[in-house]
Amino acid sequence: MNIPKDLYYSEEHEWVRVEEEKVYIGITDYAQSQLGDIVFVELPMVDEEVEVGGEVGVIESVKAVSDMYSPVSGKIVEVNEELETSPELLNEDCYQNFILVVQMDNPDDINELMSAEKYEKYCSELED
Amino acid sequence: MSLKRTPLFTAHQKSGGKLIDFGGWELPVQYEGIIKEHMMVRNKAGLFDVSHMGEIEIKGENAEKFIQYLMTNNITTLKDNQIQYTFMCYENGGVVDDLLVYRYSNTHYLLVVNASNKDKDYEWIKKHAIEGVEIKDTSDSYAQLAIQGPLAEDILQKLTKTDLKTIKFFWFDPEVEIAGAKTLVSRTGYTGEDGFEIYTRNEDAVKVWDAILEAGKDDIAPIGLGARDTLRFEAKLPLYGQEIDQDITPLEAGLGFFVKLDSDDFIGKDALVKQKEANPDRILVEFEMIDKGIARSKYEVEKDGVNIGWVTTGSHSPTFEKSIGLALIKREYFTPGEEINIIIRNRKLKAKLTKGSFYKKNTKK
Repeated sequence: MNIPKDLYYSEEHEWVRVEEEKVYIGITDYAQSQLGDIVFVELPMVDEEVEVGGEVGVIESVKAVSDMYSPVSGKIVEVNEELETSPELLNEDCYQNFILVVQMDNPDDINELMSAEKYEKYCSELED
Repeated sequence: MSLKRTPLFTAHQKSGGKLIDFGGWELPVQYEGIIKEHMMVRNKAGLFDVSHMGEIEIKGENAEKFIQYLMTNNITTLKDNQIQYTFMCYENGGVVDDLLVYRYSNTHYLLVVNASNKDKDYEWIKKHAIEGVEIKDTSDSYAQLAIQGPLAEDILQKLTKTDLKTIKFFWFDPEVEIAGAKTLVSRTGYTGEDGFEIYTRNEDAVKVWDAILEAGKDDIAPIGLGARDTLRFEAKLPLYGQEIDQDITPLEAGLGFFVKLDSDDFIGKDALVKQKEANPDRILVEFEMIDKGIARSKYEVEKDGVNIGWVTTGSHSPTFEKSIGLALIKREYFTPGEEINIIIRNRKLKAKLTKGSFYKKNTKK
């Protein structure tokens, strides 16, 4: 399983890449492999305010519907519209293809997330 | 409670199957991905483990009469080695199960039933037992494999001396040797493609499975339950619990062809005759999403703000690369081409009622 070292991870299997006040958010390799073939992504609205744990989209694979939650609070400043026509990009490269970008209210939210090492351990425990 | 395993469990592990709890059975939902597996079956061939299906054997001098009384289809038209798709109904016309009846002779039949309904079916059949019939649950004595797809015949033919062309659609041969194993082979399946279902002794299952994969090489792959569902759905084959169940009659589901109201008395006949005369209030319809989204089972359907029914199955269609569905709606609202709304996560998304937009079956007649 691919877990890049420079990202942060949530228990809901989102990854977070911090670029100053902005964070890029996507789903992890573990999430995309569990979901299987992704055929639809419902994106949130730009300018919407989100809380930690707030719903920011829905990902549907052939078999399952899965909600996506924001790992940070703030304002949504960008969504990856390419996923509306090519949702399979999340299977092809889940780290290159972000889902949304949030301008953080509270940079401390990042401290609540897991490091790559911690997340790897978290996933291996789920497998048992 | 631990999950039941089929004789092919280790073969699935070996092939990288992603195993899940499927109604108490530990079975592969997918190997390489549902879409890839789906297209493999449409274009070449796929191999399925369907050993979880139930088998109930009925023998005795009154077997034919007894089965006829339980089934909506006309069993008496069957010849030896022929198979029929039928429903077993409750008195009110709701469905106990949909199943296949295999006739060895008019005193010996095999009923192949849905895994999740097997115990219920067995109890139902025993409850109505008459003199001169013997009923036996033989589910644990068989493993069942399905080979499906346009290349299924070519691949299987490599492993047997029996000329498979002699087995016509919905017929079986009870004595086919495949890779040295004694099997029963029927030309049936659940994908909309040509193909066979193979019943083997449990101890021969892995041998037959491996031999088929070996014989097919790159033209065949093991297929999981995920693609089994998208394949059957695209071909508009009904699934118990979705298109039909105890509260949906075969007539409402548009499956009246398998209900012979002019044959001898059977359980549910009165209710179904009445429903046919009055025209069922509900009808199973096809739709295509106009807005982006995927309709799933049980989502509500509206027309001009009025609830008119619900989705029975909805999915992304790998063959057509669009989002399609089946819904059970009030008959008066069915006009192909008309727009309806599917309520997806509290949003009203547009869909269009269609007719004939599902996969055209490629089975041999």
